Amino acid sequence: MSAGEALVRLEGVTCAYGAGPVLAGADLEIGPRDFTGIVGPSGSGKTTLLRAVLGTVTPVAGTVWRRPGLRVGYVPQVETVNWSFPVTVAEAVLMSRTTGRRLPWPSAAERAEVASVLDRLGIGGLGGRHIRELSGGQQQRVFLARALLRRPQLLLLDEPTSGVDVRARHDILRLLTELNAGGLAVLLTTHDLNGMAAHLPHLVSLNTSVTGRGTPRQVLTPEVLERTYGAPMEVLEHGGMRVVVDPAVLVTPTGARAPISATSSGRDGR
Amino acid sequence: MSWLTEPLQFAFFRHGLMVATMAGALCGLIGVYVTLRGMSYIGHGLSHAIFGGAAASALISFNFYIGAGLWGMASALAIGRVTRRRLIGSDAAIGVITTASFAFGIALLGLYGQVRKSVDAAIFGSVLGVTVADVWVVAGVTLAAGVVVFAFYRKLLFTTFDPEVAGVSGVNTERMDALLMLLLSVSILATMKVLGVVLIAAILVIPPVVARMLTNSFARMLWLSTLIGAACGFVGMILSYHLDVSSGATIVLVGAALFAVVFALTGPRGRGRAAGLDHPHDAPAVAGR
Repeated sequence: MSAGEALVRLEGVTCAYGAGPVLAGADLEIGPRDFTGIVGPSGSGKTTLLRAVLGTVTPVAGTVWRRPGLRVGYVPQVETVNWSFPVTVAEAVLMSRTTGRRLPWPSAAERAEVASVLDRLGIGGLGGRHIRELSGGQQQRVFLARALLRRPQLLLLDEPTSGVDVRARHDILRLLTELNAGGLAVLLTTHDLNGMAAHLPHLVSLNTSVTGRGTPRQVLTPEVLERTYGAPMEVLEHGGMRVVVDPAVLVTPTGARAPISATSSGRDGR
Repeated sequence: MSWLTEPLQFAFFRHGLMVATMAGALCGLIGVYVTLRGMSYIGHGLSHAIFGGAAASALISFNFYIGAGLWGMASALAIGRVTRRRLIGSDAAIGVITTASFAFGIALLGLYGQVRKSVDAAIFGSVLGVTVADVWVVAGVTLAAGVVVFAFYRKLLFTTFDPEVAGVSGVNTERMDALLMLLLSVSILATMKVLGVVLIAAILVIPPVVARMLTNSFARMLWLSTLIGAACGFVGMILSYHLDVSSGATIVLVGAALFAVVFALTGPRGRGRAAGLDHPHDAPAVAGR
């Protein structure tokens, strides 16, 4: 990707809320068809990096460049949503349509557009439901629908699989893959190394500063993971995929280490 | 039917009835945004803050609406600014700024006892002493609030529900916050003479809470709360005439009775909906670093 094609470019970005930096010297470039996951432990700066891309956090150092006129869709962490707010699915989705029509009620075209987005995400027919009356996966899709209604060029998602079951996680991953294949750039944060990160084409690992970047094969290695999480982690091969294992869970009841075929650092980076 | 028409033969009552009904509708409308933002306390606080401005205006014989209005706006903007920057929590900001203003009013009362009469009216309200000018003021503010909510419906809703994403989506959330604070302080100012500092908070909170128990839709909650507020004002005024009880207190008691009825009839479902008003969207700026 040439520099001229970038949608967003961060150079040496440092952000701080208090005394110490939450994010230090981060570089990141997102192109039109990129699909990137940001991984790292809690407090590593993932959400701050996302907010720097969004422009809701002002860096104390470094620069954030966005392509002029860039349309960004943002799906926040579900934990930050007020689920008791009196809003139906259709009302929540329609919220992002704040320009153009000023009348409170939606036009026929807007209603059709909302129905189309909901159908596309597999939650058609739920428009009249209150947002709390949905499953975790459906709730996540409501906010994905709200972001998509803006017809974004870049979609940012903060922990999109947090609090959802395995099936919903698969569905969300498949949806995002389809959207990306359709030309939408996707940048997301995730804690889920095996269920999410390992399936993404490109990863950035973060622990205040960037500790690694590349394909899952290049990032999900014992060395990068130890730099990122500050603890030794083992990586297995399963069906051609990397599986990250916390060694603590591989101790048998007798205290002996379970036999595993861990990927050594020498075989990484293929 | 005479119980309804009998009091209408008095001009002072007709004025009071119109003002109380419009004040109820106005507070019901604005109260939706106030309660959903978890700022129910702000109605209580702002009315007390405006008391300082009312006392100062009376002292220097300045126009009540202008003096107390400017004072209220300054207090509302200060609260909004302190809260938005998350310097301290919204409750703490309201507590500090408004009680200081109220204390200032009390101090003025102590120093210059002659202003006590007009300030007493501001504290307890005086529906039956409503002038034609007051009717026009409340009508104008109610109409203006309706127009603003209609024109900025989508942006106000988005800012109230999810300020961070609203900002990212092109909504000037600071402007929306300031607009809401302006509406709130003007509404309190316009209805303060009628409902009084002490009772105004109840009319800002009860109608939206009752409406919330009845619906899960924001649009329906908005018009239901407005209707409930207007009904409380109307019924409260009629009852106050027949029972010979203070009109402000009767209006609030009608609202409280309606709350109790709806609370009982909607059961756990309604209670569950209203319980959520205790947990407004207030995502910390550093949630999930």
